[in-house]
Amino acid sequence: MSQDPELLRRLLRAKDRMDGASHEAWPVMRLARVSGVSQAHFARSFKEAFGVPPHRYLLTRRIERATALLRDTDLPITEIAFETGWNSQGTFGRTFRDITGENPQALRAREKATPHEPELVPGCYLSAAHRPSLTIAVSEKRRQEAGATKDGSEETEVP
Amino acid sequence: MSQGVGVVGLYVRDQDEAVQFYVGKLGFRVHTDARNGDYRWLTVQHPEQPSFQLGLFLPQPPVLDAATAQTVREIVAKGAMPPLVLMVDDCRAAYARMRALGVEFTQEPVDRYGAVDAGFRDPSGNGWKMIEAQREQG
Repeated sequence: MSQDPELLRRLLRAKDRMDGASHEAWPVMRLARVSGVSQAHFARSFKEAFGVPPHRYLLTRRIERATALLRDTDLPITEIAFETGWNSQGTFGRTFRDITGENPQALRAREKATPHEPELVPGCYLSAAHRPSLTIAVSEKRRQEAGATKDGSEETEVP
Repeated sequence: MSQGVGVVGLYVRDQDEAVQFYVGKLGFRVHTDARNGDYRWLTVQHPEQPSFQLGLFLPQPPVLDAATAQTVREIVAKGAMPPLVLMVDDCRAAYARMRALGVEFTQEPVDRYGAVDAGFRDPSGNGWKMIEAQREQG
């Protein structure tokens, strides 16, 4: 499906804004305003352009950033949770585990035990290479891992 | 040096706009601007890098068929072209200067492992990292 490059450029601007401040709240209304389109149009076009809905994209960026902070700093996990946009450590920990398959604490311990040589690759590209792939909704992922329970309730995935 | 990479090209959506950006805002110079019918071979050069030209090309027929050209325009506008890195002596100063000229920054200067980097895009959507050369490397 072909999309208007001029529209795509404006959608990219919204994506860039999320990249630049993934800890902030990015309701569709705010993103749509950045791109200069209606909310309905924005949500549909963004997913078509970038393959995931905007809120799920935001989630992958937050997890990517949290992963980098866990690996590269000694900040307490509570602080990392707040700094990457979550309202509670509990939600952060649960979402982090659902997406990456391990707890923030476990990831930190594992990363700290592994020697790194990141100097030759610009940090941001290195970080993007470890961005989690979120091809299905977190709620769907939870359901699948819970052994396909019959519960069909639509859980909102934005923390 | 007589061997090595001479030209690397970017796809842009509009070559006049690209000149305005790369020359007018980033301080590059036009190296070659040759028209042949609808086709325009356009390269610019960093003032401190005479052996390298950055090509600013339009994805267009007959070089590309119309459908492919459209796909390329979409890919560029989505920011999906490969990373570009501009080395500078002083990232914060370059940021302030370029920002005042209206360059669209995607990331303010950040200190990372002792080096400072920022991010910006050209009008077409090509994404650049601007990295301050680390002092020990000269």
